[in-house]
Amino acid sequence: MSRPLLAEFDRPAALVTALRRIKQRGHLALDAFTPYPVDGLDEELAIARSPIRAVMLAGGLVVAAAAFALQAYSAVIDYPINSGNRPLFSWQVFLLVPFEVGVFAAALCGVCAFLYGCGLPRLHHALFDVPAFERATQDHFFLLAGACDDAASRDLRQILESSAICVTEVREP
Amino acid sequence: MTRALDPTVEAGSRWIASTRASDVEITQAVADAVFNPVGKAWWIAMLASLAVSIWFALSIIWLFYRGIGIWGLNSTVVWGVVIANYVWWIGIGNAGTLISSMLLLTRQQWRGSINRFAEAMTLFAVAIAGIMPIIHVGRPLYVYWLAPYPNTMSLWPQWRSALVWDFWAIVSYLLFSILFFYVSLIPDAAAMRDRARSHAGQVFYGLLALGWRGSTLQWVRLRTLHTTMAALGVPLVCSVHSIVGLDFAASLMPGWQESIFPPYFVVGAMYSGFAMVVLLALAVRWGFGLQAIITVNHFEVIGRILLMSSIVMGYSYASEWFMAWYGGRHVDRSLVAFEFAGTYAPLFWTLLFCNVLLPQALWWPRIRRSLDALVAISIAILVGMWLERILIIFNTLSHGYMPSLHRGFDFGLWDWTFLVAPFGLFALLFLLLVRLVPAVSMFDMRELSHKEGMT
Repeated sequence: MSRPLLAEFDRPAALVTALRRIKQRGHLALDAFTPYPVDGLDEELAIARSPIRAVMLAGGLVVAAAAFALQAYSAVIDYPINSGNRPLFSWQVFLLVPFEVGVFAAALCGVCAFLYGCGLPRLHHALFDVPAFERATQDHFFLLAGACDDAASRDLRQILESSAICVTEVREP
Repeated sequence: MTRALDPTVEAGSRWIASTRASDVEITQAVADAVFNPVGKAWWIAMLASLAVSIWFALSIIWLFYRGIGIWGLNSTVVWGVVIANYVWWIGIGNAGTLISSMLLLTRQQWRGSINRFAEAMTLFAVAIAGIMPIIHVGRPLYVYWLAPYPNTMSLWPQWRSALVWDFWAIVSYLLFSILFFYVSLIPDAAAMRDRARSHAGQVFYGLLALGWRGSTLQWVRLRTLHTTMAALGVPLVCSVHSIVGLDFAASLMPGWQESIFPPYFVVGAMYSGFAMVVLLALAVRWGFGLQAIITVNHFEVIGRILLMSSIVMGYSYASEWFMAWYGGRHVDRSLVAFEFAGTYAPLFWTLLFCNVLLPQALWWPRIRRSLDALVAISIAILVGMWLERILIIFNTLSHGYMPSLHRGFDFGLWDWTFLVAPFGLFALLFLLLVRLVPAVSMFDMRELSHKEGMT
C-alpha cells in the first residue's frame, strides 16, 4: 500500500460524503478524527465492537467474589466472634462491601480495557506531525484513507482534494 | 474582554443562548477562560479560601492534640457536628455523579454545561466527607485498622459494623468518581493540549490527554465506557448514601431505626447536591462569562428538580411522623413531640421552612427563571439539609430510652469551626480546578451545538 493520505474538512457532512465516495471507489477508509463523536461514522468505518463491557463485568464479579470470600473467611474461620449467639456466616451484611468494591473494580477494569483497546497512553503519534492536525480536537474533521497502489493513490487524492481543505501524505503511523 | 460567545436573549436554541455557536467559538469561550489571566475576584476568593483552609488544618491539629472533647459532645449526645457534616458533605458529593450519570442515561442534552463541575464538586465533597469520620473516631492514628491487612495481632475488621461499610463505600466511591471524572476529561484535555501556547501547558495537558487523537475508534470506545460507568454509577451512588443511612437505621434508637432511612437519605443527597450545583453554576457562569453556555433555561430545569425533591422530602418527613404515631410506641411518639416542641424546636421549624415550605415558590415559572430567587432558595435548602442532618443526631440522642440521660448538646466555638472551615477547603479546591481544567465539557457542547444547528 502506498502512503496513506490525511484530508482535512471543516464540516462533518463533507467528511461523511468524502468517506462514502472513496469507499465506493474501493479505497480504504482507515480512520476519521473529529472534535466530537459524529453519529454514524462508526458504522461507515466498520469499527469492531469492543469487549469493554464484558471485561468490566468479569472484573467486577471477580473482585466482588473475592471481597465476599475474604469476609466469610475472616468472620467464620480465621477470627470467629460469637456475639449473642448470632450466626457467624451473616451473609446478608457481607453483601455491602462486595457491591461497593465490585463497582469500582468494574470501572477500573473498564478504563484499562478502554486504554488498551485505543492504544493509549501514547506519548507520540505520526499524525501529530501533520500541520493543522491540532484542530482535530477543536473544530476540524480529518479523514485518513489509503490506496492499494500508486495509480489508485492518485485517484484517491483527486477525490479528497475535490472537497477537502487540504490533503497531506502521512508517514506510516 | 470580548467574549467568544455573546449571549443573546432571542437565541436559536434552548440550551445555547447565542445566535451562533461554532466549534471554534465554544472552544474559545471555555478554554480561553483557563489560559487567560484571572481577574481580581478569583484572587480574592483564593486568598480567602486559603486562609479558611489553613484555619481548618490548624483546628484539626488542635483536635488531635486535645481530643474530641473540644466539641460540645457528652456521654449522651455522643455524635455532633462532624457526623452531621459527614452526612451532609457526602450528600453534596453524591449529587455530582448522580446528576451526571442520570442525565447521561436519560439523554438530557443540557447536561454538557453542568456535568464537569458537578463531577468535580463530587470529588471534593467526598474527599472532605472522608475526613470527617477519621477525625471523629477519637484515636485517628488507628484508623487504618478499618482495612483488612495481615497484622501481628491477627485481627480482622468487624464486617458487621456500619463504620466498616462506610470506609469501603467512601473509598470505592471516591476512586470511582475520580475515574468517571477523568474519562470524560480526556478529549477536553487533548483540546487544551492543542491550544496551549506555553511548553509547560502542552506537557501538562499532553500527559492528561494520554495521546488522545479523537479517532472514531476512540470515540466509540469512550462512549461505551462512559455510558457503562454511568449505568454503574447510579446504583453505586444510591448504595453509598444508603449505607450512610444504615449508620443510623441499623441501630436500635428511636427515630433512627426506620426502614425509610436509606431512600430518604438518597433523595436528601440529590436535593442538597442540586442546590449546591446552582451556586457553583452561577459562580462559573459569572466568573468566566459563560452566560451563553449555562443559560437561564438550565437553571429553570434545575428549579423543577429542586421542587420535585422538596415534595419528596416533605413526604418523607410526614411518613416518619405518621409511622411514629401508627407504630404506637411511646418512645417514638414522644420523640416526634420533642422534635416539634423540645430543645431544638426552633431549628426544626427552620428546617421545615427551608426544605419544604420555601421551595414551593418554585411552582411559579417567574421564580424559577429569577437567578436571585434561585440563589436564595438554594442557600436555604443547603442550610435546611444541614439542619436536618444535625437534628437527626441531636433529637434522637438527646431523647433516647432513658429519661434520666436526656441532655442537650453544647454548641461552642469548635463546633462552629468544624462547621464553617471545611467550606474553605472546598472553595480552594474548586477555584484551583477551574483554573486547571475546562469547567464545561467542550466536546459535549460541540455535539449539542451541531445537533441544534447552531454552527
